[in-house]
Amino acid sequence: MTTETTTPAAAPVATGPLRHLRFHILRHDPRDPASAPRLQTYEIEEAAGMTLFIALTEIREKLDASVSFDFVCRAGICGSCAMVVNGRPGLACRTLTKDLPADITLAPLPVFELIADLSVNTGKWLRGMSERLETWVHSLGEEVDLRRIEQAMDPDLADKIYELDRCVECGSCVAACGTARMRQDFVGAVGLNKIARFALDPRDGRTDADMYELVGNDDGVFGCMTLLGCQDVCPKQLPLQTQIAYLRRKLALRTVGSTRS
Amino acid sequence: MKVIYTDVLVIGGGLAGLRVAIGAKRRGHDAIILSLVPPKRSHSAAAQGGMQASLANVTKGQGDSEDVHFEDTVKGSDWGADQQVVRMFVNTAPKAVRELAAWGVPWSRVRQGDRQVIINGQKVTITERAEAHGLVAQRDFGGTKKWRTCYVSDGTGHAMLFAVSDKAIEQGIPVHERTEALALIHDGSRCYGAVVRDLISGELVAYVAKATTIATGGAGRVYRVTTNAVICEGIGAAIALETGVAALGNMEAVQFHPTGIFPAGILVTEGCRGDGGLLRDAKGHRFMPDYEPEKKELASRDVVSRRMEEHIRKGNGAQSRFGEHLWLDITLLGRAHIERNLREVKEICESFLGVDPAEQWIPVRPAQHYTMGGIRTDHTGQSRTLKGLFAAGEAACWDMHGFNRLGGNSVAETVVAGMIVGEFVADFLESGQGEIDIPTALVREALAAERGKLDALLASKGSERADALKIEMQQIMTDKVGIFRTGKDLEEAVARLQELLVRSRNIGLRYRIDGPNPELVTAYRTQKMLKVALCVANGALTRTESRGAHFREDHPRRDDTNWLRRTIATWADPMATLPTLSYEPLDVMKMELPPGWRGYGNKDYVDHPDTPRRAAEVASVRERTKEADRHAVQAALMPYEDLLPERFRGRNERIDERLP
Repeated sequence: MTTETTTPAAAPVATGPLRHLRFHILRHDPRDPASAPRLQTYEIEEAAGMTLFIALTEIREKLDASVSFDFVCRAGICGSCAMVVNGRPGLACRTLTKDLPADITLAPLPVFELIADLSVNTGKWLRGMSERLETWVHSLGEEVDLRRIEQAMDPDLADKIYELDRCVECGSCVAACGTARMRQDFVGAVGLNKIARFALDPRDGRTDADMYELVGNDDGVFGCMTLLGCQDVCPKQLPLQTQIAYLRRKLALRTVGSTRS
Repeated sequence: MKVIYTDVLVIGGGLAGLRVAIGAKRRGHDAIILSLVPPKRSHSAAAQGGMQASLANVTKGQGDSEDVHFEDTVKGSDWGADQQVVRMFVNTAPKAVRELAAWGVPWSRVRQGDRQVIINGQKVTITERAEAHGLVAQRDFGGTKKWRTCYVSDGTGHAMLFAVSDKAIEQGIPVHERTEALALIHDGSRCYGAVVRDLISGELVAYVAKATTIATGGAGRVYRVTTNAVICEGIGAAIALETGVAALGNMEAVQFHPTGIFPAGILVTEGCRGDGGLLRDAKGHRFMPDYEPEKKELASRDVVSRRMEEHIRKGNGAQSRFGEHLWLDITLLGRAHIERNLREVKEICESFLGVDPAEQWIPVRPAQHYTMGGIRTDHTGQSRTLKGLFAAGEAACWDMHGFNRLGGNSVAETVVAGMIVGEFVADFLESGQGEIDIPTALVREALAAERGKLDALLASKGSERADALKIEMQQIMTDKVGIFRTGKDLEEAVARLQELLVRSRNIGLRYRIDGPNPELVTAYRTQKMLKVALCVANGALTRTESRGAHFREDHPRRDDTNWLRRTIATWADPMATLPTLSYEPLDVMKMELPPGWRGYGNKDYVDHPDTPRRAAEVASVRERTKEADRHAVQAALMPYEDLLPERFRGRNERIDERLP
């Protein structure tokens, strides 16, 4: 057995020369009538392995205690901290400053209601989406007997469902979506991905017709203009393009089918 | 004054809180959930590796049962746990997995046939049974005799949280997001709800409820280096403490997880070691077998973390610009396994370290991870001293973890406690005690008191900075109240925390608006966190023994004679700088599993005088019932089933244990 190795792995985080960083942060409190949106600049020294979480925390601790932003897990798991970083939506906690230029512009996600500065109300939007699309398993019948062995499921299917279930509802896809900017009620890639996830799940009793009722319109799968900003920015690399195309084909066929009959 | 009435107020929108609300709602009671953040962002999502439930579907789990899970959990707790609560838990955990399966959690499933796994650094082929194909799979975790940890890749908490959160949406349970409970409304003997601040508008609202449940998670952020999310600041525990009536139990019992990535403290799951990953030192030597020949990397977390720090102290740590650390090596698991079963770990390593864990080792060092202590409750989740106040999950101490929690038992506890406490909350509401008769003056005064505190902070010209005090507190906790503790360090920690608490009464703000004001939030939370930190430090100073995660270098033995008791902290005088500590003895004569050696870690401990007597009793009961089935033996040793809500009683079916 080979459990002895003599060469340790390389040291983590290859660090380049550390720089002087300038953060240009969009500041605005929509509840304050005197507040007007503006960019405010903060200057800090870069540190090895610095993420935007570390940088913003330092700005708040050392330079300006009033800057609002949202972090929870700071590990790329919870989806709280999506913001627009130099024009591109993404998770701030997972963004390393070394991958950015020395001038970093941070803005809140568009589409969502602004709370203050970089903080937006994704929760409200997403709860609305969940209620509309009924993003839960619609059980097929009787309550299960919890004492009994669970229903078997094909292991590959379980993996496939999890693949789509990995969405953290960060809102990046909505912020990067052309349709969402134009159609207030567009469910976004996040919503379409949910439908694809539940359509795949044999525990959900809903039929294709039920799914069609939910997303078979311009606020759903037919509103997508195939710009696919969603796929580009998804921090979990979900196969959004494939799911949207699949849903559209499936639901379009259904429309054709129902017209024929 | 603005007042919102509901049957059940649930403070905290993670798995435990959501499940309590769903349970109460199913019984016909309205519930409102308060949450600092959208519920799907709760720290429950960070549970990666899985939840323990003795389903015994995989080959390596065959022979597992509630009995084995019970024994592992009690040993893990170093006999600090309430054994009846552990029994309630282990019997409900399989039901929780099965309920979640029905609610849509995409549990990873068993594939029949041969597969290669890594056990103890070697490739081993195991064969899964055909009859298990498609059932929920289990992986290995630390401190367990069987493979018992059910998982969804390494995004278990995420998948569970989304399913349960969506279930709450289906049930139409309102979640008041971005709200924070600042104080409980009570009259000294009964709780009537909470004074709640809207974190967006700053508005204070009184929520009046027949039952109030705190499910706000742990207090990891009183430490500087922690795996916990930034919202895990122990505020739920603090507001219970500030009633002066409700108590906190065992706050000195703090878990340090062996594999926080260094130096950020972000967690990589125990599943890495469960799946065969190894710990290595600066020279690449696998050192755990030298210390723990039986369980090696898979001893309980307290033991592995201590061994790691001990190994670093001996000069074997790898050097870096941030200090010393060790290595976690999962390269031997192979890329395919990592990309299927440890994908969050891979993402974390890539994003935060620039490391590909299929090729390179991961720098790790123990980091604060879990709060075993919490709001002291009985087995129903209700406070023993403040009627109408319940607690569930990491915020609570009904006491299933004692002084060390096993990996995979926390996310399991969230849903199991949610199920059980949800039923008991409903029972409480349906009993005579559920009715309330509350004077409006009590509500008005509670609101006015909180308004007054906030206004004083907003107007204060005080010289202290909230951020600075908080950082100092965190540093003291990490430096002095960590894995290795001494009387001298703890005395210093307590004294310095007391000073900080006094100074925190003189915090001044630079930013004085009452809406979205992060500085104001830091100010009032720091005042509360300091009280929680003092419960931890003072409890640790007073406990002159070593038990589970609480290790005193100056008192290295577990001392059952003097310390087989729970620390109970209360804070009656708001101007005090220390909690009042008292102790609640555990009754050895009622234990199903009398104290002994855990099977790993220190073999040297002082017995309780009752232990030999109880051990003899247990042996004779086992002898007398040796013909009986295991359920009858268990019932003869320590009956508990009547303690469970009726809905969750009953045996659990397994492939090898069919129900009629």
